[in-house]
Order: sequence, then C-alpha cells, then structure tokens
Amino acid sequence: MEPVLTRYIREPNSYTLAFFLKHEGYEGLRKALAMAPTDVIETVKTSGLRGRGGAGFPTGMKWQFVLTDTPLPKYICCNADESEPGTFKDHLLMERNPHLMFEGCLIGCWAIGAKVAYIYIRGEFFHVQEILEAELAKAYAQGYVGKNILGTGFDCDIVIHRGAGAYEAGEETALIESLEGKRAQPRIKPPFPAVAGLYNCPSAVNNVETLCNLPSIFINGPQWFAGLGPEKNGGPKLFCVSGHVKKPGVFEATMHTTLRELIFEHAGGMRDGRHIKAVIPGGSSVPMLLPHELDIPASFDAVAKAGSMLGSAGIIVMDDTTCMVWAARNLLHFYKHESCGKCTPCREGCDWLYKVLTRIEAGEGELRDIDLLVSVGNNIVGKTLCAFGDAAATPALTTVKHFRPEFEAHVSEGRCTVPADWRATGMPVAAH
Amino acid sequence: MSFHPLMAYDRARFQKSERKIADEGPPFVFTPERRAKLDDILTKYPPDKKRSAVLAALYLVQEQVGYVTAGGMRHVAGILDLAPAEVEDVATYYVMFFKEPVGKHVVQVCRTLSCALMGAERVTETLSEKLGIKVGETDASGTFTLLEFECLGACDRAPVIMVNNAQWYECVRPEDVGRLVDDLTASKRDPAFSGCHLKVEA
Repeated sequence: MEPVLTRYIREPNSYTLAFFLKHEGYEGLRKALAMAPTDVIETVKTSGLRGRGGAGFPTGMKWQFVLTDTPLPKYICCNADESEPGTFKDHLLMERNPHLMFEGCLIGCWAIGAKVAYIYIRGEFFHVQEILEAELAKAYAQGYVGKNILGTGFDCDIVIHRGAGAYEAGEETALIESLEGKRAQPRIKPPFPAVAGLYNCPSAVNNVETLCNLPSIFINGPQWFAGLGPEKNGGPKLFCVSGHVKKPGVFEATMHTTLRELIFEHAGGMRDGRHIKAVIPGGSSVPMLLPHELDIPASFDAVAKAGSMLGSAGIIVMDDTTCMVWAARNLLHFYKHESCGKCTPCREGCDWLYKVLTRIEAGEGELRDIDLLVSVGNNIVGKTLCAFGDAAATPALTTVKHFRPEFEAHVSEGRCTVPADWRATGMPVAAH
Repeated sequence: MSFHPLMAYDRARFQKSERKIADEGPPFVFTPERRAKLDDILTKYPPDKKRSAVLAALYLVQEQVGYVTAGGMRHVAGILDLAPAEVEDVATYYVMFFKEPVGKHVVQVCRTLSCALMGAERVTETLSEKLGIKVGETDASGTFTLLEFECLGACDRAPVIMVNNAQWYECVRPEDVGRLVDDLTASKRDPAFSGCHLKVEA
C-alpha cells in the first residue's frame, strides 16, 4: 500500500512546517473545524480508528465518553511516553513529522471541546523534543496553533511536557499523575479519565500514532480509512521490527499483512544461517509466538485470536542463538526496575521472578523453581491496578510454557545451555 | 527490650530509617536565567497547578548543580508551594534525576531485550574495561559515570547509548567503544554515531 503516515519520512526536511504545508499539511484540521464537534466524533467512529498505544480501544468511543455536560475545562493528553521495549514508531513520527501529531492534537481538542493539549514526551527523547519545540513555535507564529486557528475562532494551545524516565508513565492514569507533578503511579478506575482525568477534569489520553492518523481520515474520508485493512482493524499501521533481523526498522502496512511478511519481506529476514526461535508480536508485554504461528494477519483481532496481542506492534524477533531463560530474565529486570511499587503483587512479584530467573539462568536453580515461577507469575496476573502486572508476569509465564525443557536443562546441567557470542560472560555491575 | 522473638531491640540499628537521606549539596538558588525559564514554564499550566512544573524545575536544578540536591529540592518546593518531601518524593521516583554527584559524562547503555539481542551486554563490558569502572560507578577523575538504562525506544538502532540524558549514540558495537570514549573526552561528536533523522538529512 501507499504509505500514509511515513510517506515523506525519507525526504530531507520532512519535519519542517514549510514541507508539511506543501503536502496537505493542516488540511485535515481545516476540514474537521468546518464540522460540528459531534460530527467529528461520528466521523472518527465511522472510520473505526483504534488506539495505537496498545489496548486498541476505539478512539471515537473514547472521545464520546468525555463528559460534555460540565463547566470544567477538558484536556487532550498526547501519550508520547513511548517506552514499551521493542517499540519506536512514535519516535520516528515525532522526529520526522511532528506537525502531523500537532494537527491530530488540535482535531482531538476540537472534538472534545478542549482548549489545551499536553504532549507528554518521555525525558529520554530530548533530541526529539528540541525538534518539536522549534516546529511548534513556527506553527504558533503562522496561526496553526494558538488563537483563532485558521481564522475559525477556535483557540487551542499545545504544551510539550517532558517526563523524566518512568515506563509506568505510559499508562494513561499514571501519565496524568505525572503531568500533575506527582509520581507516575496508576489511579484506581473508575472514574476513568473521560470523567475525571487531568486536574480532575474530563480528559482523553491518546497515543501519538493514533492522533497522527486523524488528519488522513478527514482528508480522505472515514470509509477510505476503514477500507484499509481487515474489518474493525482499518487504517495504516506502523510496525516496529527489531532484534535478530537483517534490516530492523519501522514499516507501514495495513493490518492484512502477516507477521511472517513483516519479518521476512519488510525487515529482510533472519541473519544468515539462523532461524526464528520466538517472536514477541506487540512489545515485551505480550505473550510470545512460535515460528509456526506467524502466518496470521498482524491485526488487533487476529493476533488476539492466536493467544497474544498486537499491543504497540513492537515485533521483537529472537533467533536460535537466544537462551529463553536469559530473555525472560532480561525482561524481568526491566519490569522489576520499572514497577511503580503501588501494588504489592507486582512490586514484590517482579523482584522475585527476577531473582528466581537469575538463579536458574546461572545454573544454580532447582526443578521446583520452574513451578515457583509459574506460581509467582499467576499471583501477579489480574491482581494489580493497571496492566503492568499482567505484562510483567507474561515473559516468565510464556517462556516456561513454550520452552520448559530449556529451563530444565539449565537446572540439570547446572549452566546456561544456550550461550551466545553476543552476550557478556559476567556483567560488571557494582554492588549496591 | 524487644518484643520480637529474634530481633534485638537496639537504638543504633532498628530505630533508624533505611531511607537514604538526600545529599544537601551547596547552598542553592536558581540563577536569574533559570528562574526566568521556570517562570515561563509555569505559565503553561493553570495558575493553581504549579506542581505540574516540578519535573521541569528539577531538570533545572540538575542542570545547575549536576545532580538533584536537598537544597535544590527545598528551593523548588518554596517556588511551587509544595512541602520539600513532596518534591523529594517525585525526584526519587524518576530515573533521569541523579541523586548524587556524577561524572562529566554519564554514559547510559540500553540493556533491554532488543539492544541486548544486538550485543548491548558486550558493549557495557567493553566500556567497563576501557573506563576501569563497573556499572553504577564514577571514575576517580570524575569524568565518566557508567550506567545501564532500560529501553530507550530506538530498538532499530540497537545497541543505543545515551550520554548526559540528551546525546545519543546508536548502533554501537563493542569495537566502537574506544572511539566513543575518545569522542566524549575530546567533547566532539562523531557523526557516524548520530541519529537516524540526521542520517536521512545527509
């Protein structure tokens, strides 16, 4: 298909306002502002756009839930805290096409009646933030953001808010907490952000890629958008392929495309002489798929049917040199480090999963440790405020499910049975 | 006396909080430029929601002192009408704020799966050998601090290294480490390591 979001991404200066304006820039906004906000929401509902952040929730419906019958101000929060391991699509979009995101924010604000959009960008993306700030200043200067946008009388500000390094800030209520100047920890839901979000006002939290899809819906029409891709999985989608492939990168395709095509055609296939051992299809938080399960469309519904999730479409490919105990341990290090500490099962459980995996990987484990992993994992799943807990237990649970003999071999042989030359022998970490 | 069957009751050990007390640091007041910058940032939030600027304020403290000090946090609390404990609560949660003095170049290697699959562990190992410090340490001259970092969100350019929370080095191989360290020591920036967007421009 002809790329929509990444069409001009390889062009020099594609991130500038001048370039953007030459290629239908802010045209979607112009069309949306000519419609009533309720019609804007209807159009987005017709298009079937689903959130690109991970959950795949219909965007139009999310906006419809935002309270209108209230004197309180409303807010759009753009979730640019892209931290899911294996995901880097928003990074590319913001780096190469920041105005598309601004345009999406403004359409969102018009739809729900907000006067401000906060873009919460992760602190590590400082080089991206510099681009955003320079381009935002240009958009303000030329009347695309600020007062009386495009001469329609619509006023809307965009604020870029820098985070400071917390994976959990990508969860929508934790993002709101962080925007309010607190620790990024999730809130108890309900109330949902649509009712009481930022500063306890009605808010919608949308992912960067979701917002970037909006302008094309208004330019080409919702039917066009819905027609790209399978039913209920319409529109262009960005897929991030990383790990043991020849050509890692971001690839735009419809959700008809299969996981195997993404890995072997778009990402150039496996390194020479190697074959796939396991694939994580949607960022580290989702269950792994095995090589024979890859001939399915990379759509929200098809991947869910296969027992995993499309999530943020961060496809991590591991070849046969990968030790699965090591991989699970690597991810549990991430989760134990990033657990916000609010819910006990997750805070304590992640730490224990990591300790037990470390023991097994070093060849010091016992056979009962494998069942212990499953038991600890199952005591986290479903017992936490946000989805982090389920995500954190997943790497441990699915590696044991699919690769149990490998765990057993580590125990019986007393060493890592799948050493690889790209791994360090012992990590030089200072005691603390 | 102790009511606990195993634990002795001992003032020296058990009545002390295990919390690490924040480093006081030098006396702290924002420079006029930084104070003006913070005042400007405050205009972006509703007037009664000054707390939203706490992360921005802490970045400014870190920029001025090199790390986040107790004195700096009290100063921020005064400006934002918060209790110092509320500021410390936030500062200690986020990993990009350093709570103790760090080297001139803080080298943070991404360690999460996609980077690890592409050899990040060996990059860290080589850096550790080259700099003569372990992960989490600062060298004697205060030039380098070596840290590991969780997913930086550039997995297609793995392994990735972030220096001083801002400058990125991408597709780093163990054999590049020497060049990278020389690059930093000379305060240069080798374009061969720089970002994807710059490469597109070239």
